[in-house]
Amino acid sequence: MQHTLEQFFRALRAADVRVSPAEAIDASRAVAVTGYGDRTLFRDALCSTLAKSAEEVDRFETVFDTFFARDALAPPPEGSEREAPSEQDLAAVESSPLARAVLEGDNAQIQQSMEEAANRAGVADIRLTTQRSRLTRRLLEEMGLEEIERIIANARRMPNGEGEGLADRLDQARRDLFAEAQQYVARQHDLYAAGSARELREERLARKQLNADGGVDPVDYQLMQALVKKMAKRLAAKYSRRRQAAQKGHLDVRKTLRRSMAYGGVPFNIEWKVKKIDRPSIVAICDVSKSVAAAAQFLLTFLYSLNEVVDRMEAFAFSGRMISVTEILEENGVDGAILKVLQEIGFQQTDYGRSLQDFAEQHLESLDRRTTVIFLGDGRSNFADPRLDIMRTIHDRARAVIWLNPEPESYWGQGDSVMNRYARFCHVAKQCGTIEQLERIIEDVLRSYVPH
Amino acid sequence: MTISNPAAAANAADPLASVDALIEGLGSVGYISSRRIATALFMAVKLEKPILVEGSAGVGKTELALSTAKLLGLPLIRMQCYEGLDESKALYEWKYGKQLLYTQILKDRMGDALADAPDMDAAMDRLHGMGDLFFSEPFLEPRPLMKALREDDGCVLLIDEVDKSDEAFEAFLLEVLSAYQVSVPELGVLKAKTPPLVFLTSNNVRDLGDALKRRCLHLHIPLPEAALEERIVATRVPGIEAKLTRELVSFVQTLRTLDLRKSPSISETVDWARALVLLHADSLSADVVRDTLNVILKFEQDIGAIEPQVVELLHRH
Repeated sequence: MQHTLEQFFRALRAADVRVSPAEAIDASRAVAVTGYGDRTLFRDALCSTLAKSAEEVDRFETVFDTFFARDALAPPPEGSEREAPSEQDLAAVESSPLARAVLEGDNAQIQQSMEEAANRAGVADIRLTTQRSRLTRRLLEEMGLEEIERIIANARRMPNGEGEGLADRLDQARRDLFAEAQQYVARQHDLYAAGSARELREERLARKQLNADGGVDPVDYQLMQALVKKMAKRLAAKYSRRRQAAQKGHLDVRKTLRRSMAYGGVPFNIEWKVKKIDRPSIVAICDVSKSVAAAAQFLLTFLYSLNEVVDRMEAFAFSGRMISVTEILEENGVDGAILKVLQEIGFQQTDYGRSLQDFAEQHLESLDRRTTVIFLGDGRSNFADPRLDIMRTIHDRARAVIWLNPEPESYWGQGDSVMNRYARFCHVAKQCGTIEQLERIIEDVLRSYVPH
Repeated sequence: MTISNPAAAANAADPLASVDALIEGLGSVGYISSRRIATALFMAVKLEKPILVEGSAGVGKTELALSTAKLLGLPLIRMQCYEGLDESKALYEWKYGKQLLYTQILKDRMGDALADAPDMDAAMDRLHGMGDLFFSEPFLEPRPLMKALREDDGCVLLIDEVDKSDEAFEAFLLEVLSAYQVSVPELGVLKAKTPPLVFLTSNNVRDLGDALKRRCLHLHIPLPEAALEERIVATRVPGIEAKLTRELVSFVQTLRTLDLRKSPSISETVDWARALVLLHADSLSADVVRDTLNVILKFEQDIGAIEPQVVELLHRH
């Protein structure tokens, strides 16, 4: 049974439920307490030791039901009562225990031999959908299907058709077995391979160039949103909670002594060392114009997620002009918010100079030594005045200016791009074309430029 | 585990014999639990592991710990987590004030004690001996965690809303939770004689670290189904009419399907039931519901959204 548990852990891991060795040991201990008799108890005990969040509980239940569903799917005994196999038939199938089990309708035996065959055939190592038919074939071979086929052939060759009855029955059983094996392999595929397919998709998506033609495939869009959200949450968990933290119970001797003066040097009141820590304050400015249309949705998704998790953030979006979108992001769901921003300001001719001027006129005073400014845009200003002077002011006032550009560095400064000129006023200017890059850069940014 | 509380001892069957006994035991102290809750609790006791309880506010996370303590007849030690909580508030603290006062008082005596010291070194040695005096038990202020570890007969330790504490504190909890011991630099390692039964509750303000989760059993308490909720209301609010219970539970269940800022949870249902009993309502009418809506809905917007629909919602079931 230990082996079965190990397989079950593997299936769980494939379904993105993280099972560490320590948890595996706990689960085994839990099973030792509960035993295998009561299915609900067994399931709940495993669940409490293995699944560590509400989502994981859902996934756990799905995997549990699929994994331990064997008996439910065993071939049902035929409706008509099966006549006991005749002596003669049994003699004919002597060479094949499988055929005997089939004739006697011994489902438990069939089930068991299928499990054993599956182990030998390595069905649990399945990775791809395309491996299914080959593995089904191998599973049946390991179970000894060839022997049954030989018996059928022999029976058909018998004179006067006296073997026909046996052959027909075995033939039917063979088809049932085939269907059963197919189902078995399909279930194994669901258990072990479904997760890896999703991982593959996520991995590919994380590396996909977001400003490529057509941007993100609508099919992948939801997956991307989930990915971006996960990332933003991870980053925020790391950085947004550094606030006012009293320093671990250290006595502030200086202050205490000063206080004690009032009581003739007797320290009635104790003072503690306290360290004030600012929360990060971020101003994010996002380009949603035509030239970055493909990436705009992605950038906005990121902006939205960041806004959800970072406490003090102001968000702006611009193409021709610049508007503050903090409120829109806060009041709408992610899809609604993105749509609304794009409706209000999206896909116009970019005018970096004009937008910077808007920003300078209305929001420049919100920048101070503790603010980090993040630009998300391609730096293509349609040959309009880029207003480098404003950029310089922003650079001087803010703690850090970070520019993330979906275009590769070799394009900067070509055509109407003024990126190379803006880059001079940025503390960091980097290409950021994929989700993976974005995460790495933002993490760097938060670590080195946000006060903590 | 010994049962000292007479109320619990009267409950003849050992509540830890099986999951069913545990469900019954919890029922006898007024906590109606689902099978899953009881199983998780059962495993926590048997495996001596802490149990992390998650779920939205008001589904009875804290209540579970309180009821368990009552059922097992163990003292309950509660630690409320908040931002900035640190070891000195959770584990122990030296009574600095007392130490300083003692030094002041002893200042005069110090001269006498050191007067006959032949040289500086000898005087220093004596002073060292006194230094240890100030870092000993009488100057130690135990906080909840240390109190829990020092309960020789075991106890129920409730670490409430652990998600509100900082990561640093979470890391600090790891030692306590995995080995049931803490190290105090001045005193050495302190190990619990009987491991306490630990409950951690979380509202998911932030994701807890994997290391912490791995050390705990996990229990997610969902909002209950109608039948379970009716039983909970009936237990918690004695003297309520069965008809009223049914009506109000089904109304609350309907509310939960709507898009609200804060769905009513069990504690709100129970509060509402109490309010209705106080108002001598024997069935739900639109007027009564409108008057008491503020008991179950905690946001102005939610109340505003539901108020016009009350009649319709009442007719839905």
